Amino acid sequence: MSAEPVTGAATAETLRDEVAARVRDGQRFAGLSAGLTPDGVDLTALLAHDGTVEPLDVRLPPMATRFASLTPLVPAAFWYERAIRDLFGLEPYGHPRPDPLLLPLEDPSAPLPRPGKPGMPDDLPPDEFALPRVVTGPGLFTIPHGPVRSGVFESVEYLVETPGEDIPRLQIRLFGKHRGIEKRFEGMTPYDAVLLAERVEGIASVAHALAFAHAVERLAGAAVPRPAALVRVLHAELERVANHLDVALKLSDAAGLAVATARFGTHKERVLRLVGALCGSRFGRGVVVPGGVTAMPRLAPIEILDRLDRLQAAVEGDARALMATPSFLDRLRGTGRLDGALARSHGALGPVGRASGFHADARVERPYDAYPHLAMTPLPPRAAGDAMDRLKVRWDEVGQSFHLIRQVVQELRESPGDGTCAAPVHVEDGRALGWAEAPQGEVLYLLRVRQGRVTRCDPRSASFHNLVLLHEVFNGDILTDFPFIEASFGLSVAGAAR
Amino acid sequence: MPWVLRGLREGVVTTRYPARPDPEADAWPGGIDVVERESTASDGEPENVCPTAAISRGDDGRLRLDRGRCVLCGRCVQARPDLFSVHRGTETARLSRRTLVVPESPDDDDEELGRLREDLGRRVRALRRSVHIRHVDAGSDGSDEWEVLALGNPVYDIHRLGIFFTASPRHADVLLVTGAGSLGMAEPLARTREAMPQPTVVIAAGTDAISGGLVSPSYATADGVGRMLPVDVWVPGSPPSPFSLLHGILLALGRIGEGDRRGRTDEADRRGRTGGGRQEGRA
Ligand code: SF4
Repeated sequence: MSAEPVTGAATAETLRDEVAARVRDGQRFAGLSAGLTPDGVDLTALLAHDGTVEPLDVRLPPMATRFASLTPLVPAAFWYERAIRDLFGLEPYGHPRPDPLLLPLEDPSAPLPRPGKPGMPDDLPPDEFALPRVVTGPGLFTIPHGPVRSGVFESVEYLVETPGEDIPRLQIRLFGKHRGIEKRFEGMTPYDAVLLAERVEGIASVAHALAFAHAVERLAGAAVPRPAALVRVLHAELERVANHLDVALKLSDAAGLAVATARFGTHKERVLRLVGALCGSRFGRGVVVPGGVTAMPRLAPIEILDRLDRLQAAVEGDARALMATPSFLDRLRGTGRLDGALARSHGALGPVGRASGFHADARVERPYDAYPHLAMTPLPPRAAGDAMDRLKVRWDEVGQSFHLIRQVVQELRESPGDGTCAAPVHVEDGRALGWAEAPQGEVLYLLRVRQGRVTRCDPRSASFHNLVLLHEVFNGDILTDFPFIEASFGLSVAGAAR
Repeated sequence: MPWVLRGLREGVVTTRYPARPDPEADAWPGGIDVVERESTASDGEPENVCPTAAISRGDDGRLRLDRGRCVLCGRCVQARPDLFSVHRGTETARLSRRTLVVPESPDDDDEELGRLREDLGRRVRALRRSVHIRHVDAGSDGSDEWEVLALGNPVYDIHRLGIFFTASPRHADVLLVTGAGSLGMAEPLARTREAMPQPTVVIAAGTDAISGGLVSPSYATADGVGRMLPVDVWVPGSPPSPFSLLHGILLALGRIGEGDRRGRTDEADRRGRTGGGRQEGRA
């Protein structure tokens, strides 16, 4: 990835047409980002194709108040443009529903965060009434869920709009958890910022740290030492196993399977304890630094392998039992179906995409760290697009992760290296992309650095990209299916609302 | 094999904490300590290594570390093992924000702590048997919820202690809040607290909930939940481990003391506990 814009579009209209044409040609829309620079606002569309992610830029004049919405031609831009509107005050004209998403404000003239602009704005308390909550009309009513949920969940508000006999519509209100993370990155050194990246989406700490570190390493031209690259994969795959077990336990819980819930809870606890024993954090925090890792694992390879054997046997036994429990399968089959064509045009990430026959995997498309030299067992094809296939994909991936972890630990055992954990990193000014495959799907960081400090960082989580698809998957009884559909997506509100 | 039998396969996995020590908890790196020794000129400025400004130097020239700001990145220990060390153990919850600062300060106000303890004791007296907790996420990164949820798994099995999570604020005795205090959750959090029967006990769970952690300062958070509602118990950690959460909940209920070992008397506990002179928050 070069440090400066690869392709420039003259206007937002030409950018829109270019992106639409490329998506028609099969390129994957991977995000839309904005950033304030001294010369105006840069609007950057990210397109994944042929083993790369290509940024397409257009620079809007400093006084710009609006831009041509991509959404009518590229529906996947729906949330991205609403987020840009909130943070920059730029109106995406032509957008079908340009409601606030991250930051509804009572006073539209308040100085907005405008990431990329130096300085921290004053407190911006969102106004929950600045966003229409109840849609009214004949036979129309709205059922709210949240933002305080019934149980230990992340806060988010789902509004179910039921227009008479039609299929209900869902509105997702994210702003309760908006933390202003993007502004917080600015001014940090890469070594501090990687710790913040871990907290953008805490259940995918390792993947976010990796995506951030990869962007820094690209700017620095740094090569991660082999043992460090192996340790990175070890933690990234354990994170995947923990997340997939979390989904299994939430689905079991939704189905009222108390023993299964307890069993998967115990297995997940064992994974977190293993991670804790390896590095001192149950979430693998503090492991990844720009240039490598902070330390080698605190457990001997033989001990890791021993724990893995027991864990894998227990997990696989219970997974088999779960997938042979008819009352459970009845709840998943056909539930929350995501159409394959939609998954493709949206560029649905991670297990959500894979269960609908669309495979985007950063480990395969653009392998990093130790992945290029590791064997990844091929996943069986899945395409039903329902909660059932999403769970099957997760079990496939758990098996794949165990296989990867074993290879990594074997190699660490045979060639532990000379103890060098990280390469020196001298960051050049410029812009770079970094990515990693989180349990939720591809994480993409767009990073700008000047004089050793972050000037702009846009952490695009798979949760943000995929969560909007919840709008599209209700085909049955919305109220009773909802817990299954939500759990089967396996996303995090924190990563989406950042 | 039916699920009922699968459930019996591994026998008892449940911790016996707090009745018995738990080896996992006792070995867990639950905080950072300042190594007590005379400061010297060669100390330099170790406060600069900390990403959250948790380390400061008091007027007396001694280093202090605010566990309410610490995210346990381990950098200070790595850079200056002569000045900082990893604290083993999970009993890190405290009744006062100030006493999260280590090491203890000579002007630590024992009287105030006694008052806090008494006041809390009055409020929880009625609920020693069966306790219901309402959790609210006020801007967490998502990891805190995993650790709260873990308390329900068979390893911690919080139900054995007569503690339950409830969906209804009307039946809740304790409000457990996670997250940096996102401004968008201020109103929903206030509504939840108002719907709870009075008096309420409030636990701020996690370094984010205490100070905002790495997310602070931000235009979108209150740098912790302490500015949004009065907090009774502070549980540090990024995120706090399930054992630390358990310690915080039991401390709120008066079933356990502060400090790092069980079974201490209040007096010994007060002496052993650490304290400092810095008050957090913009309030
Ligand atoms: S471990 Fe805590 S006190 Fe030490 S540098 Fe990290 S955040 Fe600061």
